[in-house]
Amino acid sequence: MGEKVFMQGNMAMAESAIRAGCKLFFGYPITPSSEVAEYFAKAMFNRPEEEITFIQAETEVSAFNMIAGAVAAGHRAMTATSGPGFSLGQEAMSYMSCADLPAVVLDIMRPGPGDGDIMAGQSDYYQLTRGGGHGDYRNLILAPYTVEEGCRLMQEAFVLAEKYHNPVVVASDGNLAKLRESVELPGRLEVPAPESQYNVLSGFDPAEREKHVYLTGMNGVAEVIMINERLQKKFKAIEENEVRYERYNCEDADIVLVAYGSLARVCISAMKLARAEGIKVGLVRPITLWPYPEKAFADLNGKKFLCCELSAGQMIDDVKLSVENKHDVYLFSRWGSILPSPKEVLADIRKLNEVK
Amino acid sequence: MKTIYERPKIFTDAITTYCGGCGHGIVNKLIAELIDEMGLQRNGVIVWPIGCSCLADKFYDMDQIMALHGRAPATATGIKRAEPHKFVLVYQGDGDMVSEGMAEIMHAAIRGEKFSVIFINNAIYGMTGGQVAPTTLMGQKATTAPLGREAVNSGYPINMAETLASLKGVCYSERVTVTSPQNVVKTKKAIKKAFDLQLAGKGMTFVEVLSPCPTNWSMQPVKALEWIDTVMVEQYPLGVFKDEEGEN
Repeated sequence: MGEKVFMQGNMAMAESAIRAGCKLFFGYPITPSSEVAEYFAKAMFNRPEEEITFIQAETEVSAFNMIAGAVAAGHRAMTATSGPGFSLGQEAMSYMSCADLPAVVLDIMRPGPGDGDIMAGQSDYYQLTRGGGHGDYRNLILAPYTVEEGCRLMQEAFVLAEKYHNPVVVASDGNLAKLRESVELPGRLEVPAPESQYNVLSGFDPAEREKHVYLTGMNGVAEVIMINERLQKKFKAIEENEVRYERYNCEDADIVLVAYGSLARVCISAMKLARAEGIKVGLVRPITLWPYPEKAFADLNGKKFLCCELSAGQMIDDVKLSVENKHDVYLFSRWGSILPSPKEVLADIRKLNEVK
Repeated sequence: MKTIYERPKIFTDAITTYCGGCGHGIVNKLIAELIDEMGLQRNGVIVWPIGCSCLADKFYDMDQIMALHGRAPATATGIKRAEPHKFVLVYQGDGDMVSEGMAEIMHAAIRGEKFSVIFINNAIYGMTGGQVAPTTLMGQKATTAPLGREAVNSGYPINMAETLASLKGVCYSERVTVTSPQNVVKTKKAIKKAFDLQLAGKGMTFVEVLSPCPTNWSMQPVKALEWIDTVMVEQYPLGVFKDEEGEN
């Protein structure tokens, strides 16, 4: 591990990406993500030994396609954006998943829809977890709840993207992005960049052709079947191997909170307040939003669930699927912009405790 | 016996997917010849667009990537910035470049990305079946302009070679055509210059090719060539619009 610093979330995650060997950053300014781009831009000039390339693209559409080119050539590349910009990147997300391109994206979530607000939200959940673009594809989604976890996941995103030849999104939010807190920065990522392990340009069909071709076009039913079946194998492997979550006090709990990202921190405080009052509360904190940690719910029969989100309730669908609709799932919903206090969550816990 | 002409070595055995009388095949062959002659096969990437040429990867034995519609200059930016020593060729048609991807080509040119761009201008959408393009001539019929292009609906044609020549990031811009053996030779010369200047790291090099589309123009192939030489060149004059070797 590296040194302990007091650092803003966006900057700490940018530094972690640089230490992961990310050499190229393509981005477009959007609040609350812009410090990530600025950090790379400064590093390009101040730290020539890092050999960083930074390009401010004309649109997010272009930025995402630039990443496609850079990772196809075997380099680590990323962008950082927020809701409206992430929407513009969706055609490229679909494309990169289909073309087996290991892109890394940092999405700093804010409230939407439309132009939305520039503060914290969790309204990109559907777009993140369902594959926000066209076609049958998935992205691996990592959702940190502290800056330090964000730094670790930022580095792991590159490893996972290269392991599965698929885009990985680190889903941060406006709170974690702007929060300054004490962080132990990760050291250098020891896994070498793809170019020295294998030629990423051989992603399509290395066994049969010497040349390296990236195609996502499907010409006729045979190719539609071949490409989609290959992709589904990749997604199944991710589902089998990469589910991550944390559980707190679930065993004896009557009420289980479900929360991710910065809101999970509020829920941990609410859980402690409730426990002090004698209400038995636990928490499931998904770290991977896709694949969703369904198995975290497997042994929680007979409990009430309170899904807490900074949206109208998007993750609640996955909670219901995880408990197979056998248990009551309640929603604590705020629109974002500001974080609710632990006491607001506690008020809902108290009400839920009265429900027979 | 001395060989004076042969099939480019880089070509695979794949059979052309273009219609009879189409200009794409001629330009594809010129590219293949130059890649052979200049030894670019092992250190080059072709970035293909969406459109009639999106199956062209099958013709070449070299690294290629098919970009999303209109995004080839952005994808090529990622490749060239990651691998500045690589030869990178962007190939786009008019629907792909001038309509869907106008932002990408303009900003790649504004940034002076050091790759070569070959732009096939046939004044119409080919693969989707003859819809109006930004390059369609005034009055020219298209399936989405059944009475001919009118300014009230579709505005006016845009001259890409002249537009890009006005940008400092572009060091070479020429418009050519493939309507006769002489013009094909001139086209090859223009593309060779574009490749040479890229390898010298001078800036973006741009070659616009007026190219026949008999199928969607509803013309006999010979008529299509005549139409380029007599009608199309009035809107899109042939010539070098920028040649600033040494600048940038």
